Amino acid sequence: MNKRKIIEEKIFKLLTGIATYSLIAILGYIIAIIFINGFSSLSFDMITKTPSGGYYYGGEGGVLNAIVGSLYIALGATFIAIIIGVPAALFINVHLIRYKRTQNFIRYLLDALWGIPSIVYGAFGFALMLYLGMNASLLAGIITVALLITPIIIRTFDEVLSTIPKGLHEASLAMGSTKTETAFKVLFRQGFSGFITAVLLGFGRGIGDAASVLFTAGYTDLIPKYLDEPAATLPLAIFFQLTSPIPEVRDRAYAAAAILTIIILIISLSARFLSRNYSKSNIK
Amino acid sequence: MHFKRRITDRVNNIWMVATLAIVLFLPLIMGIALYAKSIPIFDAQSLPSLLGSSNWSPNDGKFGFWPFIFSSIYVTVLSFIFSAPLCLFAAIYLTQFATRRLVHFMHPVIDILAGIPSVIYGMWGILVIVPFVGDVLAPVFGVKTSGYSILAGGIVLAVMCIPYMLNMLLESFNAVPTGLKEAALSLGATRWETVKHVILRKSFPGIISSFGLGLAKAFGETLAVMMVVGNMVQISGNPFKAGYPLPALIANNYGEMMSIPLYDSALMFAALILLVVILAINLIFRYFIYKTQKA
Repeated sequence: MNKRKIIEEKIFKLLTGIATYSLIAILGYIIAIIFINGFSSLSFDMITKTPSGGYYYGGEGGVLNAIVGSLYIALGATFIAIIIGVPAALFINVHLIRYKRTQNFIRYLLDALWGIPSIVYGAFGFALMLYLGMNASLLAGIITVALLITPIIIRTFDEVLSTIPKGLHEASLAMGSTKTETAFKVLFRQGFSGFITAVLLGFGRGIGDAASVLFTAGYTDLIPKYLDEPAATLPLAIFFQLTSPIPEVRDRAYAAAAILTIIILIISLSARFLSRNYSKSNIK
Repeated sequence: MHFKRRITDRVNNIWMVATLAIVLFLPLIMGIALYAKSIPIFDAQSLPSLLGSSNWSPNDGKFGFWPFIFSSIYVTVLSFIFSAPLCLFAAIYLTQFATRRLVHFMHPVIDILAGIPSVIYGMWGILVIVPFVGDVLAPVFGVKTSGYSILAGGIVLAVMCIPYMLNMLLESFNAVPTGLKEAALSLGATRWETVKHVILRKSFPGIISSFGLGLAKAFGETLAVMMVVGNMVQISGNPFKAGYPLPALIANNYGEMMSIPLYDSALMFAALILLVVILAINLIFRYFIYKTQKA
């Protein structure tokens, strides 16, 4: 009897261990494949030139249009999402602090909103665009991506804000500050690490998302100069160029994938590092 | 001075309420907008025939969504079969057996896996999974396929959903009170017995919810699946055949949807189906989580 117990324990420890280590292996495998293909096609021209002769057929040039377009869209969308998201997150944690049920209900809705797939946001953005009489453009892309990442930013920031002790909040009010001052001068600073994580998470999601910009931002070989011009993005550069019959064009897709993966890696790791760094000076 | 502060407070409060209201009403606004766009197709065809018919020929004005819904469900279920046991096992290992160092190492691994965009997964799928299915798996089972198949879609989707499900599983396992575990161990149970009889039972609602939300996530995933699934309108139980899930339908045809009558309406209807199904699954399982967290 006892022996069977121990054998069962060993078997399952082994099985679960294999499952865990295989996750590390999968991540390593994906990154290795992306980098092996990407670095052999990555060159100086690739990141400093726009494609020439059409993105699907012309072999010359690089993916500068997609890099710049992606940065524009992700930065613009993150900016809008901060403007909408930060006050909303602060409101939940300052004004609604006495209403636990309302707080939980709002968090519940936000979590559900987080689950809506980006293609639906894309379709909605497209419908909105037609309604407003806009064409596929940088602005339409920015608005759609902003809608997509706002719930993420609110919820991530809110998660950190909700751990701030109530005493700090009460102390600030007792000193005679208004709720606005409590929100922006006390809670925002105390939860700054959460703000950084939220912004980086939103930015990473925004720069990597393809389905939402597919309809709304369009695709072009040029670098957009105004908000009403279409813009290329890195994920779409991968998607459109990967199936090309011409090897040079496929190289551009591989290079774009390597660039995008590096950006995501940097964002992921720096979010971890920065949030630890900024929470050091918090009032405990 | 005092006056200025109060004005700032007032203005800011209005702004805060407004932003929160925008965000909270977003799903409703999205639903209404998509519904408004799909009214023309409701006028042309009844809802049961839209969902149940498998006759898809937009040029003749026939829109049957069943092949797409079927493909979506098939890919989702397949990915669930691959990813669910792996996630469950990994979550058990990480919360019960693993050393502190491994757990610390795994956090960034999960974060990065979750952060990798779906196009990258799609590209990995084309470079690795599609040839693997076409050249290695297919001959074993004696079938011919290009590799672009439901099976390839299921595998890529499974890998994508792992970090998402794993995170939620870890959370629900960590929420099991330490006292319960210690009680089981002190009665002479092995670690695995503790897992089997205490932890799995205690976190059962959490496990179900994680799986449900993982399914919802898989159902709505677009680009990665679309790149490897083959995109052919057909209904077949054979996982080596190509499929055509709903999100891929929307993403593939936006270019020509303005040229065929009712086509844009049909695609908006597809988006509406996705929104309603996924929002419903999310609301149900999240409600489940909140309920059990309180108890």
